[in-house]
Amino acid sequence: MRPAFSVVFLTTLIGAGQGLFLALYSAEVMGALGRIAPPGPRFLHAGSWFAALLAGLGLLASFFHLGRPERAWRSAARWRTSWLAREVIALPLFIAGVAAYGLAHRLPLGPPLAVGAFALAACLALFVCTGMIYACIRFLQEWASPLTLANFFLIGTASGFTVATALAAAFEPHVAGFFGRWAIVLTVVALASRAISLARNARLRPRSTPQSAIGVEGARVEQKSMGFLGGSFNTREFFHGVSRGGLSVVKWAFIVLGFLVPMALLAAGLAAGSVALLVAAPVVQYAGLVAERWFFLAQSNHPQNLYYQRTA
Amino acid sequence: MDGSPPPSEVRTTTCYMCACRCGIRVHLRDGQVRYIDGNPNHPLNRGVICAKGSSGIMKQYSPARLTRPLRRKEGAERGAAEFEPISWEEAYALLAGRLRKIRATDPKKFALFTGRDQMQALTGLFARQFGTPNYAAHGGFCSVNMAAGMIYTVGGSFWEFGGPDLERAKLFVMIGTAEDHHSNPLKIAISKFKRAGGRFVSVNPVRTGYSAIADEWIPIRPGTDGALLLAIIRELIEAGLYDRDFLARYTNAGHLIDLDPESERLGLPVLDPTHPEVNPEVNAMYPSNKVWWDRATQREVPSHARGADPEILGEFRRADGHPAKPAFQLIADGVRDCTPEWAESITGIPAAAIRRLAREMGETARDHAFELPIRWTDSWGVEHDRVIGRPVAFHAMRGIAAHSNGFHAVRALAILMTLLGTIDRPGGFLHKPPFPRAVPPSPKPPNHADAVQPDEPLANPVLGWPASPDDLFIDSHGGPARIDKAFSWEYPLAVHGLMHNVITNAWKGDPYPIDTLMIFMSNMAWNSTMNTAEVRRMLNDRDGKGAFRIPFIVVCDAFQSEMTAFADLVLPDTTYLERHDVMSMLDRPISEFDGPVDSVRVPVVPPTGECRPFQEVLLELAGRLELPGFMNADGSRRYRDYPDFIVHYETKPGSGVGFLSGWRGAHGTASMKGEPNPRQWEMYAANDCVHHHVLPEEHRYMRNANRGYIHWARAMRLRSYAEPALIQVYSEVMQEFRLAAQGRRPGRRPPPHLRARIERYFDPVPFWYPPLETEATDLERYPLAAVTQRPMAMYHSWDSQNAWLRQIHTHNYLFVNPRTARAAGVEDGGWMWIESPWGKVRCMARHSEAVEPGTVWTWNAIGKAPGAWRLDPEANEARRGFILNHLIAEELPQAHGPRVSNSDPVTGQAGWYDVRVRIYPASAGEAAETAPRFAPMPALPGTAPARASWIAYFAGKGTRP
Amino acid sequence: MTQLALVIDLNVCVGCHACVTSCKEWNTSGAAGTLADDRPYGTDPSGTFFNRVQTFEVGEFPATQTVHFPKSCLHCEDPPCVPVCPTGASYKRAEDGIVLVDYDKCIGCKYCSWACPYGARELDEHQKVMKKCTLCVDRVYDRSLPEAERRPACVMACPTSARLFGDVHDPDSEVSKAIAERAGYALMPEWGTKPANRYLPRRKTECVPPSPSSSSPR
Ligand SMILES: Nc1nc2c(c(=O)[nH]1)N[C@H]1C(S)=C(S)[C@@H](COP(=O)(O)OP(=O)(O)OC[C@H]3O[C@@H](n4cnc5c(=O)[nH]c(N)nc54)[C@H](O)[C@@H]3O)O[C@H]1N2
Ligand SMILES: Nc1nc2c(c(=O)[nH]1)N[C@H]1C(S)=C(S)[C@@H](COP(=O)(O)OP(=O)(O)OC[C@H]3O[C@@H](n4cnc5c(=O)[nH]c(N)nc54)[C@H](O)[C@@H]3O)O[C@H]1N2
Ligand code: SF4
Ligand code: SF4
Ligand code: SF4
Ligand code: SF4
Ligand code: SF4
Ligand SMILES: [Mo]
Repeated sequence: MRPAFSVVFLTTLIGAGQGLFLALYSAEVMGALGRIAPPGPRFLHAGSWFAALLAGLGLLASFFHLGRPERAWRSAARWRTSWLAREVIALPLFIAGVAAYGLAHRLPLGPPLAVGAFALAACLALFVCTGMIYACIRFLQEWASPLTLANFFLIGTASGFTVATALAAAFEPHVAGFFGRWAIVLTVVALASRAISLARNARLRPRSTPQSAIGVEGARVEQKSMGFLGGSFNTREFFHGVSRGGLSVVKWAFIVLGFLVPMALLAAGLAAGSVALLVAAPVVQYAGLVAERWFFLAQSNHPQNLYYQRTA
Repeated sequence: MDGSPPPSEVRTTTCYMCACRCGIRVHLRDGQVRYIDGNPNHPLNRGVICAKGSSGIMKQYSPARLTRPLRRKEGAERGAAEFEPISWEEAYALLAGRLRKIRATDPKKFALFTGRDQMQALTGLFARQFGTPNYAAHGGFCSVNMAAGMIYTVGGSFWEFGGPDLERAKLFVMIGTAEDHHSNPLKIAISKFKRAGGRFVSVNPVRTGYSAIADEWIPIRPGTDGALLLAIIRELIEAGLYDRDFLARYTNAGHLIDLDPESERLGLPVLDPTHPEVNPEVNAMYPSNKVWWDRATQREVPSHARGADPEILGEFRRADGHPAKPAFQLIADGVRDCTPEWAESITGIPAAAIRRLAREMGETARDHAFELPIRWTDSWGVEHDRVIGRPVAFHAMRGIAAHSNGFHAVRALAILMTLLGTIDRPGGFLHKPPFPRAVPPSPKPPNHADAVQPDEPLANPVLGWPASPDDLFIDSHGGPARIDKAFSWEYPLAVHGLMHNVITNAWKGDPYPIDTLMIFMSNMAWNSTMNTAEVRRMLNDRDGKGAFRIPFIVVCDAFQSEMTAFADLVLPDTTYLERHDVMSMLDRPISEFDGPVDSVRVPVVPPTGECRPFQEVLLELAGRLELPGFMNADGSRRYRDYPDFIVHYETKPGSGVGFLSGWRGAHGTASMKGEPNPRQWEMYAANDCVHHHVLPEEHRYMRNANRGYIHWARAMRLRSYAEPALIQVYSEVMQEFRLAAQGRRPGRRPPPHLRARIERYFDPVPFWYPPLETEATDLERYPLAAVTQRPMAMYHSWDSQNAWLRQIHTHNYLFVNPRTARAAGVEDGGWMWIESPWGKVRCMARHSEAVEPGTVWTWNAIGKAPGAWRLDPEANEARRGFILNHLIAEELPQAHGPRVSNSDPVTGQAGWYDVRVRIYPASAGEAAETAPRFAPMPALPGTAPARASWIAYFAGKGTRP
Repeated sequence: MTQLALVIDLNVCVGCHACVTSCKEWNTSGAAGTLADDRPYGTDPSGTFFNRVQTFEVGEFPATQTVHFPKSCLHCEDPPCVPVCPTGASYKRAEDGIVLVDYDKCIGCKYCSWACPYGARELDEHQKVMKKCTLCVDRVYDRSLPEAERRPACVMACPTSARLFGDVHDPDSEVSKAIAERAGYALMPEWGTKPANRYLPRRKTECVPPSPSSSSPR
């Protein structure tokens, strides 16, 4: 597939927003349970707004994906069948929820944790929706796996914790350690999960073949002409146009930038108590995760491509 | 989804996105074309339509349309395409002034050559009345071998002349055909044939299109079909698998051929001087006093004597002791050594496969024969109570024809079809009236250069069918009378001319210089020319005094083609949707097996800009030049305009025969013949623009010798004489020329340097020889054959301006068998060179298992010159597309003597598919674009002002809703 | 329940592209129009078409088969492109099984095209909505057309009648019979989309068919 940057930004930004919320909420829960010194309400309030901002930017990015953004309001109509419609519902709910959770630290909306429970539900639902948008297309074999959900969840959460670490390092240092340690753990787990999915995808055998595409048996079935030469929607939307080598560069870039470097920065930053290193971590990680998401989208090999192999 | 606004009007007319000429319905909405579909009532296409026909809208509204007459700017080079618009009056004055002078001094200095049109009755008439010998249509570079080889043998050919009866055939063998003119009807027929379980075999070096759905594909090396066909003929004769009765009665197989070595008629049929000649005038042309060796009495008898049955094999001593053989024996002798093993070594087809194929043909014709209970009478008065059908049908086209050995290969095919007894018989090959014509047809070209005189029309039609050297159009020294040397000793049976040599000859002044060259509907600066790069140079070349070698070039086209760039005067034609046209019985009608069909085109939209139909231009010029036949006695113009001309023209005053056969007579009630009907156009328009004269059953078969049919045809002036068209398995015409070359015949002799050539190639028995070009090529260095194919969705060069069609064929690749490609280091999709002895082209490669390893091929005419057709100079067609024409020479060097045309030595058919090439990869540093490339052509005044970056056509609203 | 569909006979399709341009021509000025063309006279022209004819090669020389392969929306019975559409613009009609896009509802999110394994949908680059074969719904029910012409444009055009149109759920229809007799098959059956359009395979005639009343006049 050809990754659309609108989608890349949409999913990475809302993932980070969701993760940040989870970080804030878990810190508050842990604080309430007395396991850590809780972050202050100002921090939670501002942090929530930051999470809402990230998700809002994601929402904004999504508009660039639409051919007819002015009709975006229609896009929730088919929530009964469409994960995309569900996402369209879940995302504003999440944004509203996280905003309410933040405000609850300022205004008497009720116990913040209770208000946040709603955001938590929206957040988890949103993870499922976003993941399922990809995982539900059964013939996009690279995507059609529970690993897709796991990755969206783990990567989003990890990046949110990394962001939380940076925010805390700057504004609420006493929780930076909590966030940072979890950020490292989540990044490791996310990397593991992502690695498993990479390994899985590398071993995938496409179920569709030129033979099944046209229904003709024979050892050698090869397209000679796709029927036109100047390209079409089908040659643009479903091919990333990057060489194998290029793909591999992107893959290593995201492994390094999205996972390894942030882990190192987090570890070093926590050890050295360096705000700079801890702030650098999410910045680097975000760049890496943009690459990751690009790769995720690109790597999916659409069976329609069997029909668009060659011109003559 | 709500309904779209309904079309406001539907009009029927005839398509001309190609020469098939299907019936179409043009649906209009607010004056714009909404939809074009096939006319279900039309006999040709019965409602279907092709990719081109369905894209007529994009042709009609193409930005490449010429809309104003243009004159080359003072001082501009030809090819630079710098023009200024002028008025029609200026254009007419300019042209008529020039032509008047030429006509009054030396009419041959005006040459009129026409391309993809189907209006040769009018253009030919114009040329003849003008008095120039230099007229022909495109047939010489197209498929004259297929026309001549068949017509000189069976009196008819494929396309609108005849075709395979696939409704009743069981075995269908298609040879060297990609698409052909009969596009839709052939597709309809093949599909029905296959659905009915028929077996379809295709002989072709490439497997695409029709061949793709063949039950068996027989890959063959190009230029070798003659060998295959001769081997099949041999096998059939050896096995006795031929229709003896048919051969004996309906062909010249039984004619005794004089083998007296002393005779002036050596190799010609014995003529019985004692036998009274039925009609001396006709007999001079078609002698009927030939003789048979009667089987029962073992004596010489007049041919077709009642009760006689000729020997067709054997050798006999005549009463005077001289030897003679039935013509068929000479065929048998001629093919004796053409064994399948011999053919295998030439064609690459395994001998066993050739044997199997021969058997299959012979046995199907024999064992699956059937009868139709139809009574008919033959030309010798014998009544028959049935028509025999033999369900083996063939179709062949330029794969055989477009080689310099094609005439003999086509003759071999015609003989094979005859051997199987399938000529004008159900299940086999059926004629379409006015065919069969006589073998050969009676019209002859002028036979002396002196026929051309100032201010005089020619006494004969410009083109005709020579039957002997006496019919050649030559001067007193045996030199050519025509600029293209057609009907000269170089190409005696060049019945369609040699358009592919006109520019080169005119440039050389060989045989003489001309003044004005007028090209109609042909892209002679690009895809219809061989040696394109050089020809483009010739078109702009000047002599020592700075004057153009070809002084004046007029181009009538509808689009900004490559050719327009080289014109001094450009005349903008209408499109097929804007004009009146006729598919006339005098020309190339669209007949069916069961009777003559002609049709018309009527304007369905108004002309664009200042476009005028070329027909009107010709009539206007004829009027200004006061050409006889176009004027009344009082000097006024006889015809108001083209429609008026079509209605009122008669072949002879009062003949009742004109351009159109339908709705004749004052009230429009007569068919075929009748006085002019002023309302004829309306009646055509009201009847789907087509007229079909259905023949009674007894006139539908065996028409080479069906007395009833032939008499009817003569009465309708489809035939000049009521003689049977006896099939010439053994060609007397060929032998007449050979005798002249051998000096055994009184009268004209070829000049010494052409004697050996005539003697060799004018063999009355078909034979196979390597194409001339392969003899002039170092085959070690250039081992591969290179051919082109017609894409079904593109008509030659003219659809690249069509926004929809060009998306299907935007640029082209050279298809190479992977084994061949790998051996040459050429990668799939990579840039490569293809090189012949005459030129080289850089192009892209596509590996394909569907091509014989010794052949490479590409789609025809996809590559374009930069800027032509109003395409962006960087458009795919110009940057990645290519034409093979740069590799193909229009002339070949000879070991002895001057260069000759790269053509069949019998007919002058251009040998497109003879070129031999080598291939190699382009080197890493080379530009990823085609070579050669030419300077971009600017937009011609009158074409669209700007190229739209996108369009979205919606009828009634135009290209941007 | 009716399921209209095309059945394409690969045994007679010669790859002529008539179905490609007749479809374009009918639809660009019709209810499903316009069908835009970008750079129509420039480099890499690229337009919206509902139907394409492709070429495949099977096997190696000399046993090569060339297969011409027309492809348009297959009007799947379980169309993955429909449930994923967030707006409901992409829908399958209950009455005849035609899968359509409502241009007025489509937001151009392209998600449905991702969910079509066959590459049968094309986004119109100018109207920015998803387009695809409509099975000529604006012809097949048009009462102003004569009965015989209430068929898709591509079917009317096809010179080899390789395109059959009808109700694949009606066992007596021409299309159902053709599928049954000729072993009509679906593309990519592995995804369970149950394409309504079916393809009829190549069938090789090895020898001339026997004649029922073969009488040799020789
Ligand atoms: N390499 C190679 N070359 C070949 C062949 C091949 O097989 N291989 N085939 C040869 C054969 S068989 C042929 S017939 C020729 C064909 O070659 P051409 O005779 O050149 O035919 P076209 O390319 O169709 O172009 C004819 C011209 O007609 C113009 N035209 C279109 N419609 C109209 C109209 O309504 N009125 C007027 N006045 N003009 C119009 C077009 O714009 C174009 O300039 O090519 C030959 N060249
Ligand atoms: N769509 C479309 N239709 C057209 C035209 C067009 O441009 N487009 N052009 C029209 C014109 S002007 C003409 S003349 C006709 C031509 O009609 P065709 O003769 O059908 O056209 P070509 O493309 O010349 O095809 C020649 C075929 O012969 C094969 N071939 C080449 N050499 C040999 C050989 O030595 N032996 C054998 N057995 N096969 C060989 C080639 O592979 C090719 O398949 O088509 C007409 N119809
Ligand atoms: S075959 Fe030729 S005449 Fe017939 S519809 Fe197609 S382009 Fe027109
Ligand atoms: S119109 Fe018919 S024969 Fe031509 S490509 Fe389409 S399906 Fe095949
Ligand atoms: S072919 Fe594609 S677009 Fe058509 S119904 Fe099936 S999945 Fe949907
Ligand atoms: S592009 Fe249109 S039809 Fe397709 S899923 Fe989006 S809204 Fe639905
Ligand atoms: S059914 Fe109609 S819309 Fe579909 S491919 Fe055929 S012509 Fe095009
Ligand atoms: Mo031609």
